[in-house]
Amino acid sequence: MRNGVFWAILVATGLVFVVVSRLTIANEYFYYAGYVVLEYIVLATAWNILGGYTGYTNFGTGAFFAAGAYSSVVLFKLPALLLATFHWKIPAIPVPVMIAVGGVVAGLLGLGTGYLTLRLRGVFFAIATLALSIVLQTLIVNWGFVGGSRGTYVIRPPAAPLGGGYIQYLFTLMVLLAVIAVGIARSIERSRLGLGFHAIRDDELAAEATGVPTLRLKLISTTISGALMGMAGAPLPYFVTYLTPTASFDLAYAVNSVAMPVIGGMTSWIGPLIGAILLGTIQQLGTVGFFLDLKLDPTFNLLIVGLLLILFVIIAPNGIVGLVRSWMGRRET
Amino acid sequence: MADALLDVNGLGKRFGGFVALDGIDLTVAKGERLGLIGPNGSGKSTLVNCLCGTLQNETGAVVFKGKPLDGLIAHERTRLGLARSFQLPKPFHSLSLADNIRIPLLYTVNARHGHHLSDAAIAERCEELLSHVNLADKARHRPRDLTQVEMRKLELARAVATQPTLLFADEAMAGLSHSEIEEILALLMRLNDEGITIVLIEHIMSAVMSFSTRLVVLVAGHKIADALPQEAIRNPEVEKAYLGE
Repeated sequence: MRNGVFWAILVATGLVFVVVSRLTIANEYFYYAGYVVLEYIVLATAWNILGGYTGYTNFGTGAFFAAGAYSSVVLFKLPALLLATFHWKIPAIPVPVMIAVGGVVAGLLGLGTGYLTLRLRGVFFAIATLALSIVLQTLIVNWGFVGGSRGTYVIRPPAAPLGGGYIQYLFTLMVLLAVIAVGIARSIERSRLGLGFHAIRDDELAAEATGVPTLRLKLISTTISGALMGMAGAPLPYFVTYLTPTASFDLAYAVNSVAMPVIGGMTSWIGPLIGAILLGTIQQLGTVGFFLDLKLDPTFNLLIVGLLLILFVIIAPNGIVGLVRSWMGRRET
Repeated sequence: MADALLDVNGLGKRFGGFVALDGIDLTVAKGERLGLIGPNGSGKSTLVNCLCGTLQNETGAVVFKGKPLDGLIAHERTRLGLARSFQLPKPFHSLSLADNIRIPLLYTVNARHGHHLSDAAIAERCEELLSHVNLADKARHRPRDLTQVEMRKLELARAVATQPTLLFADEAMAGLSHSEIEEILALLMRLNDEGITIVLIEHIMSAVMSFSTRLVVLVAGHKIADALPQEAIRNPEVEKAYLGE
């Protein structure tokens, strides 16, 4: 399928999804749960650009995600700050602008992290990204302006653009972000850039020897991946309305954004999508006690992720996509 | 040498306290078939790694096509026309053979000034390069489906896809049977006929002797001989290195 056609179908799917859910579902909880699943689609897809395509395991999703969230907090507090210090009056900054800024901030963070850590491979790179998350969390905890360790309230505007409640607005934005993330991932996969990423993942020395500028490509990869994660985090303050460092740096983000592509399949854009929908939905059902019948505590949802992850790594290391492909390959022969 | 394609002057490389290469001088003329031999651990692969930018040499200067290579990283050297195959084949194992070949076409050939192959031209060139090494019918396969000799051929085809002026074939025949060695030699001969200068690093003496127009011998990081093949192997120092006293 040509790239343009794919984008058109993707955007149409997103649009239909938003319109149909708006027309048929009034229960706000659907939008809360849907927002989280969509957020994971963005995070898993973003993670896979660096982790799946380029072969660098990132355990610092929380850092990039929180960078987006906290840049929104800064922008949210900016009008009041400017008014108090310089007597400048500026209007409240709309969420789409925050998403763009969050993307830029997290993208720059990705670029910087890449520059400092990309000499490390495998488990060492993973440890460095985990450390990044901790360093950034420490900085935020000690930064009073954004609420420090106490956290901060972010008040939603009384009226939501596009009609409906504010959660429906955030849900719509997250659908848009998911469309953008999946579209970018798919475009990269079929491009010269994607082929270069794959070459780096398979063998960095051989990639260099065949002319692939590995450092530049790895920086592009960390930047795109980080930017998308930051964009996913930017609306978070409005979603939770009370943002704390522990909530925004939650390890669940890192674990899930690794587990979802692994379970879905890391070689293709559709893998993280399937993984995020599957795991995200299971966890949402777990959170509301869907599994209470099984006498399980709702907080057991991360346990489900862990078990599925172990199961897939052992039985289907290429994820669901790999299972389907090998099944189809067997049918052909 | 006035028409030298590659000119290496006093190249030195250490790994901690171990001197891997010491004051290597070497020139390679355009169109030459140079055999580079030496016992295990004599520094042959380290020399290739330094010349191709995989490792950085501490001392000495390398001039290729009249341009100093100092400070250039591996992919920049590849784009200048230096290609290599690896001693242990390093295919891109998750990609099809055709995609393995597409990478150098996209990243090296298309990155040079005045070149821009269209997608169709790239597809055509991939097929051509693979059929040169009799792998065209496996273009959609992954490297894991290949035999050892096919893997070596893929390694060479991928290096040749960069349209090199100078090709380092690092033990392209290790572990192959006699007829397979003949096959690879014929392939290298044809590439040389097409104008590619070749440096062959090899342990199989019959192959080196029949292929090379000149022989350079490394022992323990020093160059001990640089002469016509027949002369070089009669050099007493070379005999000592290979056979003992």
